[in-house]
Amino acid sequence: MIELRNIDKYYGSYHALRNVNLKINEGEFFSLLGPSGSGKTTLLRTIGGFEYADSGELLLDDQPFTDVPPERRPTNMVFQSYAIFPHMSVEQNVAYGLLKQRLSKAEKAVIVSETLDKVGLSGLGKRGASELSGGQRQRVALARALILKPRILLLDEPLSALDKNLREEMQSELRSLQRDAGITFILVTHDQEEALSMSDRVAILLEGRVAQLGTPEEMYRRPVSRRVAEFFGTMNILSCRVLGAECGLAQVEVAGLGRFELPNANGTTVCVGIRPEQLSILEDDTPTQSREAAGEITGASFRGGLTHYELKLNGIERPLKLSMRNTTDRRVRQTGETVRVGWTNESAYLMRKD
Amino acid sequence: MSVLMRIFIVLFIIFLFAPIFLLPVFAFNDSAVIAFPLSGFTTRWFGELLQNAQLQQATFNSLRIAVTVAVLATTLAVLAARASTRYNFRGKAIVIGTIMLPMALPEIIVGISLLVVILQMGLKLSLWTIVLGHTLMATPFCVAVLRSAFQQLDPSLEEASLDLGQSRMATFMRITLPLVMPGLISSFLLAFIISLDEFVIAFFLSGTDTTLPVYIWGQLRFPQRIPSVMALGTLLLLLSIALLSLAELASRASRKRLSMERRNRTYP
Repeated sequence: MIELRNIDKYYGSYHALRNVNLKINEGEFFSLLGPSGSGKTTLLRTIGGFEYADSGELLLDDQPFTDVPPERRPTNMVFQSYAIFPHMSVEQNVAYGLLKQRLSKAEKAVIVSETLDKVGLSGLGKRGASELSGGQRQRVALARALILKPRILLLDEPLSALDKNLREEMQSELRSLQRDAGITFILVTHDQEEALSMSDRVAILLEGRVAQLGTPEEMYRRPVSRRVAEFFGTMNILSCRVLGAECGLAQVEVAGLGRFELPNANGTTVCVGIRPEQLSILEDDTPTQSREAAGEITGASFRGGLTHYELKLNGIERPLKLSMRNTTDRRVRQTGETVRVGWTNESAYLMRKD
Repeated sequence: MSVLMRIFIVLFIIFLFAPIFLLPVFAFNDSAVIAFPLSGFTTRWFGELLQNAQLQQATFNSLRIAVTVAVLATTLAVLAARASTRYNFRGKAIVIGTIMLPMALPEIIVGISLLVVILQMGLKLSLWTIVLGHTLMATPFCVAVLRSAFQQLDPSLEEASLDLGQSRMATFMRITLPLVMPGLISSFLLAFIISLDEFVIAFFLSGTDTTLPVYIWGQLRFPQRIPSVMALGTLLLLLSIALLSLAELASRASRKRLSMERRNRTYP
């Protein structure tokens, strides 16, 4: 288990990491998610030993390793640029980690070819570094980092340079590689879908702080603040008036949508968020409901399985985003149509406004 | 391109290179007088070079100095270039500026100042004092060449080597050095050439042993020796062209390799 305690890091006067506390479990696929400049790469490089925190502590199995240099850490890293040694062949790159071990040539060759098989590069060992495609370079970087069987593999946006199809293929490969090897993976990404689909747990970093920590589902369903919610998928943010609170439940009034009774959020200023799929367009023959309103569709975009709508509801200035599954008996609505929109008390979620 | 511009360029090139082409012309001219019309073809001026022991000694001195300067200046420049491209430290701009300063200073000023300093320190003028002076002059050029070589090197490459268990020293030998090798070769050749044809500082700092340019300057007082100086100049010209071409080839190879590496990084 790796633990980060009160990590602070400055670049000159720029406060890159602010009191970061994290515990990452053995064998976990953990993602550090955040926009650029949020400190996620700095945090990863601190774990790898390429940056040193100005204050705070790093613990591995409760043993401090804050000052251990990278060459003596049980971590290996896949760099964003892949950092393939350009003057070496694939084999030499992959075998680089074995140089310090006293192994015979034959033993090394076996380990190298096993590792190449594992990442799907069998038979490409003799290739030069400049003769590889982007996906192959990514695999070489992965093989090179895995050959020492690290306890923790650090991945710095390893998929960001790949095109969409290759990226999705690599996502599932990485995930199964992690399950098979039982290694802790710590992945840095700015792509929320990537974090959602691959990780056991995610930490969202905003301005050097851990804004929220949890499973992808918790993050999506119960974001603690507006900024986390907006970073993690689409969310309609609505201002609200708090009427009262008791037993952890808050009564709030949202203009245009009426009253909700929602689990309280810890914050002085709060707002209400509703995911686009939590709103629905009611069919014409649905009986009148207590929670519904009329609205006009101002935009519709057909996406195959889903249609994304934007609609204007009476009493709400900003258009609401709504997405509906395209089932066989459901008609895709057109811009300009007037529709009935329905929701439930559970559609909404109360969170901090900052 | 306009016609005027073409004419200008042609004239410019003639003006720049015509004197150099006169060197071989008179080196093979069968007359002790350096003037047109030419009087016939001969190789005896080259023959005279072979019999001149003083000249051979001066040549040997110059070559020894140039090799020493190339090694010293390149070594110093590797350290300076790496420090200035990888690390941020207090006063970095001032330190680098000071290293680069001799490029901008008139050589005669540097020569006189060095002479004063060396005499004040009580050192005897020798080939070593020339080595010191030439190293000072060549280092900034080497730093310029090597800084661009180090700048093109992805820092992640060194980090990856550390990450895979190699020490800092091993990383430098296995990763950094091979990748900046073309820059290193081109820095070495540049320092060699700078030292080989430097006159002013060598003139001030030489003791009883002289370098080739200082020897040639001394020979100009004797008109009958001028044709063989021309022959010597022709040989030096060929050597310079060969070395500079090598340096350029080396730096092109480096650019090609590193730009390929960058291209693969950006658009995999």
